[in-house]
Amino acid sequence: MAGGIKKFVVGCFSDEKVLFPAVKNVRRSGYKIHDVYTPFPVHGLDHAMGLRETSLHTAGFIYGITGTTTALTGISYILVHDWPLNIGGKPHFSLPAWIPITFELTVLFAAVGMVLTFCYLCNLAPFVKKHHFHPRATDDLFVMVIECTDKTNDAEVQQFLQNAGATEVNVQEAETGWWIGRYHKEQKLYKEEKGY
Amino acid sequence: MSLLKYESQLREPLVDGDKDYHQVTEDIVRPIEMKPSRLWYIGFYISVALLLFGVYSVYREVTYGIGQWNLNKTIGWGWDITNFVWWVGIGHAGTLISAILLLFRQGWRTGVNRAAEAMTIFAVMCAGQFPIWHMGRVWMAFFVMPYPNSRGPLWVNFNSPLLWDVFAISTYFTVSLLFWYSGLLPDLATVRDRAKTKFRKMFYGVASFGWTGSTKHWQRHESLSLVLAGLSTPLVLSVHTIVSFDFATSVIPGWHTTIFPPYFVAGAVFSGFAMVQSLMIVVRKVLNLQDYITMGHIEAMNKVIVLTGSIVGCAYLTELFIAWYGQNQYEWYAFSQNRANLFSPYGWSYWLMMFCNVVSPQLFWSRKLRRNITVTFFMSVIVNIGMWFERFVIIVTSVYRDFLPSSWSTYYSPSIYEIGFYLGTFGLFFTCFFLFAKYFPVIAIAEIKSVLKTSGENYKAKMTDIEKQDAEKFYIEEVAHAH
Repeated sequence: MAGGIKKFVVGCFSDEKVLFPAVKNVRRSGYKIHDVYTPFPVHGLDHAMGLRETSLHTAGFIYGITGTTTALTGISYILVHDWPLNIGGKPHFSLPAWIPITFELTVLFAAVGMVLTFCYLCNLAPFVKKHHFHPRATDDLFVMVIECTDKTNDAEVQQFLQNAGATEVNVQEAETGWWIGRYHKEQKLYKEEKGY
Repeated sequence: MSLLKYESQLREPLVDGDKDYHQVTEDIVRPIEMKPSRLWYIGFYISVALLLFGVYSVYREVTYGIGQWNLNKTIGWGWDITNFVWWVGIGHAGTLISAILLLFRQGWRTGVNRAAEAMTIFAVMCAGQFPIWHMGRVWMAFFVMPYPNSRGPLWVNFNSPLLWDVFAISTYFTVSLLFWYSGLLPDLATVRDRAKTKFRKMFYGVASFGWTGSTKHWQRHESLSLVLAGLSTPLVLSVHTIVSFDFATSVIPGWHTTIFPPYFVAGAVFSGFAMVQSLMIVVRKVLNLQDYITMGHIEAMNKVIVLTGSIVGCAYLTELFIAWYGQNQYEWYAFSQNRANLFSPYGWSYWLMMFCNVVSPQLFWSRKLRRNITVTFFMSVIVNIGMWFERFVIIVTSVYRDFLPSSWSTYYSPSIYEIGFYLGTFGLFFTCFFLFAKYFPVIAIAEIKSVLKTSGENYKAKMTDIEKQDAEKFYIEEVAHAH
């Protein structure tokens, strides 16, 4: 699945106020933003980059109802069918008493499922090694990474980023593959978007 | 678009001092990169010693049986269940801060949520010890799990509150752990990317799961945090509700009341915040984090303490009133004789509870006292003593005189191994907390950075200046955009 070596132009911004117009300009000029690495969630940056909304919460809902049905079918099978107990002549199917466990399993399934899905989608796991474009991307820099194609003139892109307010610009090569992410599939082209 | 979110100048800054993003990282990661102080070692060794004493007490209990504890004919639940409920209650503050306050958009949670969540996890770990070891034949503890087995199959009773508790506590522990750790990932990556030593590079490299800070990852992370907060909010309410069901669904006088779920939840939050206060007051001093856990944070938590303390006080009076008003002689006897009568064997514990939980937190109506570190620290200890006695009162005073006066038990006092077990959980809790404070960022770095430019002291000051210069322009350019 590895896609060989690719070239990236990396521009570091120290202020999110500068980053936003830069993202817009880069996309407007037709360059392809590979990703922007930020030390904290910058609100609205996903929209500015044209990323689609995540459907992780939908997955969470599905995991949740899986938990609900697991609890209800499991308990009713056990207490009604497999080993019915006569407790003072009360009905075997005693739904109100099952609500607590049903609720707990709903929450448990939703939470565990969502976290695992999150780790799977983001390729997060112990011992996973990824290419880090800048060590300060987790500290105080907003690191914009632009993917170069055969036609890209990287000197021009570097100049472009500098003009856009980048404090530090360089070119890096990285082996592409799942570890470098597949966000480009998530991203719409600038001209496909409305409202700009 | 403007990135600036306008925040009222009336609000206190959440981060004091002149900070930028890098300074935030420096301040919070520094304790991890320094050698631990002497004080840390002393505290850590004391905790480990307590833990070992606890291990020995449990060893005695497992080897010689429950008889090692001074439980008797009517008091089958004593210190162990008291401690269980007490620890679970303490655990509730972490989730309240990280989940409910997230949904309520309380910005001040960012300073304390990480440590409070860690505290939750350790407290629930301690709580879990009590029912497990109380089983006696602990090697059969797995019988509580419902799985097709060769014993019939003999299933667990899904109609029993004790089994609900198994599900509630284990779910609560798992979800809290996931919530805490998913929040930790970006911060561990921050530590990893600064790491100089080989050990730190390896440890934080593995622990941070290869986090890069990609925008798409942050987007999913935000969605995950929000949904986990949404799930944890009813979860935290359900857990102590279910713990209260252990008592409320029985027919024991003093337990058989419908007020228990809300009353237990309020009590849990009350004691949990007190424990957060005790820990944070020490942590901010020792790790030099006064700029991030400010007086404002402490005051906000004290407000929660006075609120929940008053709810608890209201519940005490309500149950007392209803016991009289309900005209059930057993119920009224439990309250009027076993508890409220100061000269009955346990009357002192009821009034101690009343004093610690209801009377003393009322001091926090005064702003001056809410913002006093010494008063806050002592109050947090008093509240936790009071909340321990609340559980003790509920459990012991209801069962030491049962329906058959001939089996009324004499004075119940714990054995050294019962006390040792309790001290052992303190050891477990503080051992974990000391390790956490040394190896993990005790404040959510990324979250502090995301509120820094709206709530940092110097940024707020700058904003006031711009506002003063040309208010009209400021409101059009900044405020209007922000909303």
